[in-house]
Amino acid sequence: MATQHSRSAARVMLAPAVFLLLVWMLVPLTMTLYFSFKRYLPLRGGDQGWVGFDNYVRFVTSSAFWPSVQTTLLIVGGVLLITVILGVLLALLLDQPMWGQGIVRILVIAPFFVMPTVSALVWKNMFMDPVNGLFAHLWKFFGLAPIEWLSQASMLSIVLIVSWQWLPFATLILLTAIQSLDSEQLEAAEMDGANPLARFGHIILPHLSQAITIVILIQTIFLLSIFAEIFVTTQGSFGTRTLAYLIFQRVLESQNVGLGSAGGVYAIILANIVALFLMRIVGKNLDA
Amino acid sequence: MARTVTTQRKSLNTAIAWGIGLLIFFPVLWTILTSFKTEAEAIADPPVFLFFDWTLENYAVVQERSDYMRFLWNSVIIAGVSTLVGIVVAVPAAWSMAFVPSKRTKDVLLWMLSTKMLPAVGALYPIYLIFIELGLLDTRTGLVIVMMLINLPIIVWMLYTYFREIPGEILEAARMDGATLRSEIIHVLTPMAVPGIASTILLNFILAWNEAFWTLNLTAAQSGPLTAFIASYSSPEGLFYAKLSAASTMAIAPILILGWFSQKQLVRGLTFGAVK
Repeated sequence: MATQHSRSAARVMLAPAVFLLLVWMLVPLTMTLYFSFKRYLPLRGGDQGWVGFDNYVRFVTSSAFWPSVQTTLLIVGGVLLITVILGVLLALLLDQPMWGQGIVRILVIAPFFVMPTVSALVWKNMFMDPVNGLFAHLWKFFGLAPIEWLSQASMLSIVLIVSWQWLPFATLILLTAIQSLDSEQLEAAEMDGANPLARFGHIILPHLSQAITIVILIQTIFLLSIFAEIFVTTQGSFGTRTLAYLIFQRVLESQNVGLGSAGGVYAIILANIVALFLMRIVGKNLDA
Repeated sequence: MARTVTTQRKSLNTAIAWGIGLLIFFPVLWTILTSFKTEAEAIADPPVFLFFDWTLENYAVVQERSDYMRFLWNSVIIAGVSTLVGIVVAVPAAWSMAFVPSKRTKDVLLWMLSTKMLPAVGALYPIYLIFIELGLLDTRTGLVIVMMLINLPIIVWMLYTYFREIPGEILEAARMDGATLRSEIIHVLTPMAVPGIASTILLNFILAWNEAFWTLNLTAAQSGPLTAFIASYSSPEGLFYAKLSAASTMAIAPILILGWFSQKQLVRGLTFGAVK
């Protein structure tokens, strides 16, 4: 039983963390909201007064908006599709008995620990470079003309790079989930004559559904704001300008803070919709 | 009960898994190999895999030319200090929520999580402006503060899930014996919490080391960590594969090694205890 004394002590102990996060959340949020209702160009005349919802309207009606939404959805969707499907297959594979399982796990997980700027640069130069990249050598070996990956197949290239970074995450979480599966249930099904596909569909997949949902939600939140991968490869050209990158350009490159802030508010709303689903699952787990 | 499998089946599994594992790891391996080549060999046509004159020259050049040590030191300071400050703030918070839960504990935890979900671009300009006003732009202090704040929710959550596994009866017993809150924390809780705290430090050090939005936007020559150092190689004149590889290998090697120890923590830390 917690005493009155320990209760108030607990509140004191919790306070610094809550205070810091409250400031970290409220101050930028308030400022972004404030700027989003102003015409504010720091390098060209500064604060030019209130403009109502003008920035919000201009942000969504600008010609860059819908392409950026499309790009964002394609990248997020493409990476999710690849990492979840391959992640399930890889997790199933890694769960099988084999020699050197620990080492294989290490090999598979490694990309997650490579910093985003390194993976983007290594892929860009050493694999996707149309002259010296390994892909170019491979294409030439088969008598094909090398592809200029980051301009001709820019979206595919970005999706490939980001998928490589996130596949380990999906695999690791799904593997953890598979390993918590009751093996007796699987054996019983096996003895009842259920074939591998049926065992997968009726036992493994339902068991994995929550882990898959979590992988999807967490990755979506991180993928919505990928930055370095685009910053060091295409700088947003060749149709790779995501919503987050567009906001970055509006705010820092063209210093149209009002417009960029309105975009920021949209991004916050979008992320919150996804976060809401994630929090419901996490919250349910807290009660258990 | 372990399922029995034939040696044949196991061999097949092994072959497929190693093949795929090596394929996924290949970009890292290729970077490491290239870092030991000369620039000419790095772009040789056809590419050379293992049979080249191994050299350490690139490592020497990278360190000399671009002040690698300063960037490395910045990375160590930013990731290290932000993690430690985060731990100092988070341990009491997680402790109080794990052992003296109230009606609002769940809401507080979920709210903390929600702050992690805010897209960084939404806060970019305000933070940029505040940094200019306070003279924090391109300083390690500024980055330590931001890095601590963006990782604080994960630190609190991880610690909370670890602390919750410590049986409450032990604390009850200590209280019965008249232990004060202070001695309860120092003598009873701390020894049991150390493994969890260590895991939390490890994962958050990795996350801070690899963070590449704020480090790219809030630093320049002075306080840039390795993420910014590597990004500076993206300019066309920096296209020397062997040197790029040497710089990359040095930037990722410490984290690859730490990362291999933190697989379990990764799952716990990044799924907020929802997958165990």
